[in-house]
Amino acid sequence: MTTLAPPAVRVSEPTVTGGGRGGGLIWMTLPALLIFTAFGVVPLLGVLALSFTTWNNVGPIQPSGLDSWTTVLRDPDLPHALWVTFLIMGLSWLVQTPMSVLLGVFLAARKRYRGFLAVLYFIPLLLSSAAIAITYKALLDPNFGIGNGLGLPWLNQDWLGDSTLAVGVVIFIVSWQYIPFHTLIYQGAVRSIPTSMYEASLIDGAGRIRQFFSITLPQLRYTIVTSSTLMVVGSLTLFDLIYVLTAGGPGDATRALALEMYRTGFQANLMGPASAIAVILVLVGLGLSQLLRRLGGRGDESQQEGA
Amino acid sequence: MISRAMSRRHLLGLGVGAGAAAALAACGSSGPSGQSGAGGDGVADYWSLSGPPGEPARRAALERFNAANPDTKISSIFLKNDAFKQKIKTSIGAGEAPVLIWGWGGGTLKSYVEAGQVDDLTDWFTQNAAVKDKLFPTSFGAATVNGRVYAMPHETVQPILLYWNKKVFDDVGVQPPQSWGDILDLVPKFNARNIAPFALGGQSRWTNMMWLELLLDRTAGSEVFDRVFAGEPNAWSDPAVLDMLTKVQQLIDAKGFVNGFSSITADSNADQALLYTGKAAMMVHGSWSYGIQEEQGGDFVKNDGLGYMNFPPVDGGKGDPSNQVGNPGHYLSINAKATAEQKEVAKKFFSTTLIDAEEPKAWIDSGNVPIIKGSDSMYEANPKGEFLKFVYDTSVNAKVFAQSWDQALSPTAAETLLDNIAKLFQKQVSPQQWVDNMNAVIGK
Repeated sequence: MTTLAPPAVRVSEPTVTGGGRGGGLIWMTLPALLIFTAFGVVPLLGVLALSFTTWNNVGPIQPSGLDSWTTVLRDPDLPHALWVTFLIMGLSWLVQTPMSVLLGVFLAARKRYRGFLAVLYFIPLLLSSAAIAITYKALLDPNFGIGNGLGLPWLNQDWLGDSTLAVGVVIFIVSWQYIPFHTLIYQGAVRSIPTSMYEASLIDGAGRIRQFFSITLPQLRYTIVTSSTLMVVGSLTLFDLIYVLTAGGPGDATRALALEMYRTGFQANLMGPASAIAVILVLVGLGLSQLLRRLGGRGDESQQEGA
Repeated sequence: MISRAMSRRHLLGLGVGAGAAAALAACGSSGPSGQSGAGGDGVADYWSLSGPPGEPARRAALERFNAANPDTKISSIFLKNDAFKQKIKTSIGAGEAPVLIWGWGGGTLKSYVEAGQVDDLTDWFTQNAAVKDKLFPTSFGAATVNGRVYAMPHETVQPILLYWNKKVFDDVGVQPPQSWGDILDLVPKFNARNIAPFALGGQSRWTNMMWLELLLDRTAGSEVFDRVFAGEPNAWSDPAVLDMLTKVQQLIDAKGFVNGFSSITADSNADQALLYTGKAAMMVHGSWSYGIQEEQGGDFVKNDGLGYMNFPPVDGGKGDPSNQVGNPGHYLSINAKATAEQKEVAKKFFSTTLIDAEEPKAWIDSGNVPIIKGSDSMYEANPKGEFLKFVYDTSVNAKVFAQSWDQALSPTAAETLLDNIAKLFQKQVSPQQWVDNMNAVIGK
């Protein structure tokens, strides 16, 4: 495996700041840095500033100290929104990850029919969330939906009007939409595992299942961390799909944090508290991605060390 | 419109609001709209609600005005109800609102007024008494904030009625309810035949609210909500409110509403479809529903399938059964940030097209009662005459015509109201919790 190792070693060469190659590298980050500052940092600071004000969306913005924060932190809707957010996040991770790994491994083999299937599986990712939500909403309508159309009474559940079922439907649709993307990541990762490892294990008498658990899964460790981070951060900001599908309902059963923010800011015209929720959203997202990075081990160690 | 769309100023405007512009274009705009301040050239823009029955009448009015005033056009964008409400609020906050601000008056208008976003029209109405005289006097209440008029009432008056499907009632062999007790008696009879007693688009929330408005009025009269509106502390603690909320949950427990009502939206008119397809027997809805059912329900309305009546009294209730809730009118305000030129265009629109002879005709054709005095003389010749006469009389004879709660209250209080109504219908809050939650936002 030494043929693959050198790039990792070469990068550890000390970079000199303020001149030579190091200075050139900083130059190159400038456009990205500018864009990030303009569209990431500045609005973020704006939201932070807004969270210490009172603004009803149409009038003047007035500073109000910690009022918005105490309102939000005392609001019983906040723990509920956090719970819904983590529930959808956790369950959709549990559904998506095994499915994506298995599909990714399956599609990694170079066979023509698998290439065709990969294209087919990929289609949901190409559709917009709003379109998906509208379609599912029509299909799941208890009176005019698919159950009625096909004459299958068991499909005629109150899918979006029952609190438990509605959460389940959201998780199902999110998974349906994003499994293709994560499958693609895993497919790429599996293809980058050196075939010699499988050849060696074959000589040792390992079967397919043993190969999967002893070679494929351990080798996918960092991919799992990457894909999980994307899933977790993605479901934290999940908004469009839920908004179109259930508008947070029935009652507040699917009202995740992003929806709570929208509701507070744009429906109840309380921009201060909504900004506080937005800041909480950012903090939770940062915390989670850091946690995942820790769980995944040190990011700088080579994936193929000891192979 | 194309040359204007290509002008540099417009392209710059598009660049700034590219996202918003793309979203608008997808929502059926009749052409690129100059945003206020960027429109210029005597162009006033107008955003309003899409879909039947109102959109054709609105388009007709704009076309008449633009044809009569080739130099001073009004451009338009039509959005769905909920999308419109969000968009107009956001754009006003961002200083990007249209010249003509369409709304329902009441609490939202009040918040615009307090923020100095709309023009005071009191003096204009004094100078143009002829305009004022053409409109229903009752419609000015929701346009008035602290004794000053900030909006022009226009379009239609819309009470909330109880509709029923005549064929379904015949099939089951029952009569329309004359009291709350009758309603409860009818529920098991329809359920036994696998027909939903009431259609309801509960995800929209204001649909559920109509039930509370009517039930509270019939049990306690209009005074309870008047006290809430006046900001009196603990005004929701009236025992009649608990009584009314308990009645609603009783009806839910008895399966009075269609299966899955909390996932049905009114914007898609799925609730109306339940009624005209006979999947549901009855529906409480605004008078605008008639036009929707006529347009989308095939021969249902034409073949006299639709019954309608005032919401029945509650046994032992104090409210006058003639009392009405709903929209005493629709309202157009002028953006305070618009240019003098644009404001002139808007006022010309108010004093000409909105009260011309064609305007009531367009609304009558759409199955609505125009807010213009004496328009009942035009009903006889209309195939919808009977319904229109009923709505006209209901509106005129109502002892009290109260504005819908979510429109009368401030957006903050209205959101808490709608949220708690959704939870009440989902049984996530008890009547007592509902009262406590609502008391907490009185006057906010």
